Amino acid sequence: MDNEIKFSAESLELVNRIIARYPEGKQKSALLPVLHIAQAEFGGWLSTETMNYVAGLLKLEPIEVYEVATFYNMFNLAPVGQCVIEVCQTGPCMLNGAGEIIQHISKRLDIKPGETTPDGKFTLKTVECLAACGSAPVMRVGNRYHENLSTEKVDSLIEEWCKCGKSSHDNPYNE
Amino acid sequence: MGIKILTEHIDNPELKKFEVYRKTGGYTAVEKALKTMSPDGVMEEVKKSGLRGRGGAGFPTGMKWSFLDRKSEKPHYLVCNADEGEPGTFKDRYLLERNPHALIEGIILSGYALGVEDAYIYLRGEFFYILQILEKAIAEAYEKGFLGKNILGSGYSLNLYCHPGAGAYICGEETALLESLEGKRGNPRLKPPFPAVSGLYNCPTVINNVETLATIPWIVNHGGDQYAQIGVGRSTGTKLISASGHIKNPGVYELEMGFPVEEFIYSDQYCGGMKNGKPLKAVVAGGSSVPILPAGLILKTANGEPRNISYESLAEGGFETGTMLGSGGFIVMDESTCIVRNLYNFTRFYRHESCGQCSPCREGTSWMEKILYRIENGEGRMHDIDLLVDISNNIEGKTICPLGDAAAWPVASAIRHFRDEFVEHVNRKGCWFD
Ligand SMILES: Cc1cc2nc3c(=O)[nH]c(=O)nc-3n(C[C@H](O)[C@H](O)[C@H](O)COP(=O)(O)O)c2cc1C
Ligand code: FES
Repeated sequence: MDNEIKFSAESLELVNRIIARYPEGKQKSALLPVLHIAQAEFGGWLSTETMNYVAGLLKLEPIEVYEVATFYNMFNLAPVGQCVIEVCQTGPCMLNGAGEIIQHISKRLDIKPGETTPDGKFTLKTVECLAACGSAPVMRVGNRYHENLSTEKVDSLIEEWCKCGKSSHDNPYNE
Repeated sequence: MGIKILTEHIDNPELKKFEVYRKTGGYTAVEKALKTMSPDGVMEEVKKSGLRGRGGAGFPTGMKWSFLDRKSEKPHYLVCNADEGEPGTFKDRYLLERNPHALIEGIILSGYALGVEDAYIYLRGEFFYILQILEKAIAEAYEKGFLGKNILGSGYSLNLYCHPGAGAYICGEETALLESLEGKRGNPRLKPPFPAVSGLYNCPTVINNVETLATIPWIVNHGGDQYAQIGVGRSTGTKLISASGHIKNPGVYELEMGFPVEEFIYSDQYCGGMKNGKPLKAVVAGGSSVPILPAGLILKTANGEPRNISYESLAEGGFETGTMLGSGGFIVMDESTCIVRNLYNFTRFYRHESCGQCSPCREGTSWMEKILYRIENGEGRMHDIDLLVDISNNIEGKTICPLGDAAAWPVASAIRHFRDEFVEHVNRKGCWFD
């Protein structure tokens, strides 16, 4: 690692504000929100170094962080692309063409779900119901939902993201 | 259009702002309660309203509140379940992103009734943008004196915080949610003790769904008796239905309990009928966990009574010929739907989301998924069909939390009502749908 794992002053202040939302001695409650912030700040995934750093901040044993990070789907435990595309693959979306959308993105980026493009720009993930089934098919990219997808809509989004070097590693607390 | 309790002003895109919500009559219930009612008085109105939990189980809210161990010296907590993960359900998202202050107002009133000083909203992790909406709305409520110390000079104080999850369906189950809120893996707890006695940080805790809490302001404003007059029988009030699948107008609809299912599916004001002109085949009426019903049985009960949207009517006939209102996730399928493939999809979902604590659920879901995969892909054997029924029977009721039941019911009901289609898959060595 060339850059040391340490939150910016701004993030650290946010983290402290979040810790203060839980009773004295219950700072472990802040673990999920703090892991989200850490994932956003340290490259879109949680390395062992990142998890150890969070453990230190919250006065936890590293194992308490590992066991949580491995339980929740939103935490990436290996490096991901700059822009992670999460397409819903659950029933109601499947009834309305999610399969076609997944295939289309897969072909267009030449990767299978779970993989990252060789240039490190995109990762394609399939995820479960995003609570947007009325506007299926749906995908989530960072802090945005894209709904009522068609292959054309997906194409124009990907083109735009290629141009602007889109990152999906959003801090959930920042707009 | 019938009465609107939760969605009257929802088409106003500015409603999420404090001032706009206030102009529509927002926060008057807090003023009324804190100035003129006792906490027990608020509780009494909620009991009278007959309101039942909108998270899926339909447990009477007033009764749940009365179980809270109020004599305990420990702090009491109120937790709002905004995890919305049940496939087919998207009505809490609709309320949260458009009308967050209704939820906040409901939490203040509920907190007051329950003697709670700290409340948390457990928000589905993927809803980053809603986290920002809620953080803003909560900050506004603090600024205007509706949250924090000594609200409106009443002596009542309440802190409210939003807490994001991180993508785990099981954390919608209330005890897994509490574990998650404590910063742990979302493994459901054994009950008893129930959260009302030992919940968050082992303190007495009430957990309610977003829609449930957002209904409380109306009940306080208009009185529990008036709420109880809306709806039908023991299904009082209105219900948000999330409609999806092969219909012309998918979306969230607020319906008075008792609204006819047939009119809901075919009326242009609601689902608008089938979108590709193919006939209705089946409906999953209450989120992916409830039994699927074929067209005939969703429109009418086995006795030929028209079915309506209410706890009782949808359950009429038990699991033999009925289903459940559940979370109100109404998934509509036309004739082009392969029941086996759809069931495989849902079973894969439950396998993925099982927390792994109980072997019947952990092993049973992955076994059922494998069998369904082979039936769909031409490797099925005739006795696989009864094997699926057998496995589902051995999951149901044998797990710490109801995720096991939620995985078992779709399997049992699909085979009960569509056995021929499974047999046909085995005979034809695979699927013939597109
Ligand atoms: C596997 C599982 C998932 C659940 N998911 C949710 C959910 O996403 N939202 C919710 O409000 N209730 C969910 N529930 C129900 C909760 O356990 C609980 O009954 C509910 O939040 C209570 O609130 P209510 O009484 O207001 O309905 C789930 C239950 C189970 C077993
Ligand atoms: S099934 Fe895709 S959002 Fe619900």
